[in-house]
Amino acid sequence: MTKVRIPTPLRQYVSGNSEVEVSGGTAGAALDNLTDQHPDLRQHLYTGDGKLRSFVNVYKGDEDIRYLDGPDTEVSDGDELSIIPSIAGGAAGGRCREL
Amino acid sequence: MPLKIGAGDAGHIHDHAKEAYPEECSGVMVGMDVEEMKIVVDVWRAENTHEDERSRRFLIDPKEYIAFDKRAGERDMDILGVYHSHPDHPAEPSDYDREHAWPGWSYVIASVSEDGIEDMRSWVLKDDRSGYDEEPILG
Repeated sequence: MTKVRIPTPLRQYVSGNSEVEVSGGTAGAALDNLTDQHPDLRQHLYTGDGKLRSFVNVYKGDEDIRYLDGPDTEVSDGDELSIIPSIAGGAAGGRCREL
Repeated sequence: MPLKIGAGDAGHIHDHAKEAYPEECSGVMVGMDVEEMKIVVDVWRAENTHEDERSRRFLIDPKEYIAFDKRAGERDMDILGVYHSHPDHPAEPSDYDREHAWPGWSYVIASVSEDGIEDMRSWVLKDDRSGYDEEPILG
């Protein structure tokens, strides 16, 4: 089993837990199993076409899986995955509006 | 759920927004949920690491988030939300904000112009990500 650390905004979808244990031989499989168990998580992690949202980072230990093998990154018993938010935003584009 | 921000912490957000102007500033608010109210105990500035267009975009590096989360946990607090400024724009979330928002967090937006702070409002993403609900800010 792989431990997945859940960031505070998403804990409401996993019964308030900060960690969830899931099976799966790769990071992608582990996340699939996580969202199968907790379906309300899916829309916050994935876009409508099933891609991990750009501001959702998944780390294996201290490394972003984007710099490993992405969803195919192998995980084994005792490994820890962490869902880490990139926090982003900003005003509407185009010309500034008069306040 | 109302968000309680004391005058000192609100002042820190205002100061950050004015110092960063005309670029956007951002940071996190930490504290706790108590009796149906989110109480901000401290606000921590973050570096805007967006590569360009910092007058209308902000980005907090995941590594900085990890450090904030650890620091909050050591103080038995949670990250309650994020503040950022909208230079020369209203204190209302944009579509870009919504696309990048996390559920449950308070998003405080300070509207700032060259004359100073124009407005400050707080928003929470709807569960279905379709928009925001405004939440009252209590002093």
